[in-house]
Amino acid sequence: MTTTAAYGTVERTAQKQDPGAAPKKRRPGWLRRVSLPYLLLLPALLLELLVHLVPMVIGIVVSFRELTQFYIRDWTTAPWNGLGNYEIAVDFDAPVGEALLKSFFTTCLFTVLSVGLCWLLGAAAAIFLQESFRGRGLLRTIFLVPYALPVYAAVITWAFMFQRDNGLVNHVIHDQLGLTDSPPFWLIGDNAFFTLLIVSVWKGWPFAFLIIMAGLQNIPREMYEAAALDGAGIWQQIRRITMPSLRPVNQVLVLVLFLWTFNDFNTPFVLFGKAAPESADLISLHIYQSSFQTWNFGTGSAMSVLLLLFLLLVTGVYLALTSRGRKATDG
Amino acid sequence: MRRSRVASIAAVTLSLVLASAACGGGSTGSEGGSNEQPKTLTYWASNQGASLEVDKKVLQPELDKFEKETGIKVKLEVVPWSDLLNRILTATTSGQGPDVLNIGNTWSASLQATGALLPWDAKNFEAIGGKDRFVDSALGSTGTQGQDPAAVPLYSMAYALYYNKKMFADAGIEKPPATWSELTDVGEKLSKNGKWALGAEGSNLSNNIHQVFVLGKQHGADFFTPDGKADFTSDGAVAAVKQYVDFMAKDKIIAPGNAEYAQNQSLSDFAKDKTAMVLWQTASATFKSLGMNEDEWGVAPAPVQSGTPGTGTNTNSMVAGINMAVFKNTKNIDGAKKFVKFMTSDEEQKILNSAYGSIPPVKSAQEDPAFDSPALKVLRDTLATSATALPQVPEESQFETVVGTAVKELFADAAAGRKVTTESVRAKLEKAEQQMSTS
Repeated sequence: MTTTAAYGTVERTAQKQDPGAAPKKRRPGWLRRVSLPYLLLLPALLLELLVHLVPMVIGIVVSFRELTQFYIRDWTTAPWNGLGNYEIAVDFDAPVGEALLKSFFTTCLFTVLSVGLCWLLGAAAAIFLQESFRGRGLLRTIFLVPYALPVYAAVITWAFMFQRDNGLVNHVIHDQLGLTDSPPFWLIGDNAFFTLLIVSVWKGWPFAFLIIMAGLQNIPREMYEAAALDGAGIWQQIRRITMPSLRPVNQVLVLVLFLWTFNDFNTPFVLFGKAAPESADLISLHIYQSSFQTWNFGTGSAMSVLLLLFLLLVTGVYLALTSRGRKATDG
Repeated sequence: MRRSRVASIAAVTLSLVLASAACGGGSTGSEGGSNEQPKTLTYWASNQGASLEVDKKVLQPELDKFEKETGIKVKLEVVPWSDLLNRILTATTSGQGPDVLNIGNTWSASLQATGALLPWDAKNFEAIGGKDRFVDSALGSTGTQGQDPAAVPLYSMAYALYYNKKMFADAGIEKPPATWSELTDVGEKLSKNGKWALGAEGSNLSNNIHQVFVLGKQHGADFFTPDGKADFTSDGAVAAVKQYVDFMAKDKIIAPGNAEYAQNQSLSDFAKDKTAMVLWQTASATFKSLGMNEDEWGVAPAPVQSGTPGTGTNTNSMVAGINMAVFKNTKNIDGAKKFVKFMTSDEEQKILNSAYGSIPPVKSAQEDPAFDSPALKVLRDTLATSATALPQVPEESQFETVVGTAVKELFADAAAGRKVTTESVRAKLEKAEQQMSTS
């Protein structure tokens, strides 16, 4: 880090001290040099504006309006509702707010477990596959398959497997192994939470595996050899060398997994359809139901904005904490 | 995209943006539609046959006929039920929809409230041959009472009790049950050795609503007050929901596994001789596609609490069916009306309703001998004498969601062996009702 900064300073000083050239001639070149990056960025910026920012801003505007089926034909005619939609969403004594809060806690628990398991599985697999052995390439490829499959196709297959009467899961644990007295339900009731967790981890861990595997390539072998000479066992090597070296990788990985999992819509929607069981009522599906199923887009938007604020807050705090921690270690 | 899913509303808002960007024609403003594109029409058909392909095969020859008659080319898209309502909502927001479309008749009042559909006033009805061509019960499900209908009836359907003749014979049962107590009696004889008496689609919200609505009628409950307010917790409504869920929880004549059914699995159980009865609307075509012969199942009027089917508390079906609507901002308003007239003509009504196993809502077509078979006669009589339309209020689709979900959750409780009591039913319905009052 410091070296790059030093180079930058040297360059800049060199430019400033360049004695020969007249300022007038230099200007277009300078202008071109400065404006070129922005020109190249412009199309992306415009598209970003169109695809991401404009809908978000409209979503925020809608959250202050009473947008129901009576106004969707021209949403600008929907009456302003002030903070009314937010009041409904955060009134935790009333059923709508209560359900939202419950969905929020369910999502938090689900996210913590899913991200934790994804990371654990990904890290373990990546570390084991560091050793060179026959068939390693094949295993690495197989591990990445869930990540390569289209989400819908994969999750529909899971939904079939989790069916109570004809599903593969019950066929194995009830019919063949006889572990349960009666075949359990996986797609309704309380077990639905674990169904969702299993599918989410299955879908998410290959990404953790991929990223950690890439991170491991940057750790010099000599460090392990030196540690082994000093008598460090495998666990000590992992704890003292691998984990600290993976720190920057993990920092980004956990954040990305957190955001993806917290917002996951496809998995619960494909598994459970329009009305998820209470135990697996993730917040994005809950908001979808609050807006599309009951045609109350104002309240749905207000909930979305609250979710956005929460995620921004978590991301901000997370980045502040982890980068401070890193600065401390760097220093 | 994934990041922007923080706002799941983004889909709608994005379509709003695209609409404002692409809305060159300004057609959203014109109230009565225009005739800018008199040679083409876009038509969204609902999925009536065994698959989308079957529908295309049924409809395309008729559309070709229409093109020959009028020179108007109809672009057909068959939209699956899982997408249809969302597609209509998106089309409503963006103003970029089809010219003519099919809607579930229970959505009529909800969609009417958006103001996007052409109202069928006297003048428009005249263009398709007059309002009195249609059966009254079907017209009763075309929008809020006292307003011009938002759509015209296209196919009519009613609920009936379909029973598996072989399973009945094996259990020594001679005739189908006519009351619920008879049904639970024969149910006990039928529900043994891995076979069950009655099928249900416990996770299908709309089906749950259809069933508890009829039971509600039989208990004297309406789910909505006369001025259109949600009223889910009346004693009658609670009793209706409890009676339906009790077929699984208390009477144990519905297999617990049915609690997670939502894709017509109960019909394939019926075809596989695993379930002896289903309460269904026009199931014949599906049974045939599942490999059953027509003499293997029987059709009887759906049961009532006592006596024979009729009006009021002896209602035994909702008025089920499909309506045809026209988007107000169509660029071919005359062509759209011509097309509706064509589809509701006697000849097309006979062809299409025969193909789909439904009943024509057009009086003169209904009298055709093609609809005289014993099975269709049960449906026809039900529609004529003992079917009631679902509440025609703008909040109907919310009602389907919240009460349908409540029934789904109660079925899940029953399937897991938890007790379903009057209190637990009332609590679920109370929660559902409170969700309505804020929307």
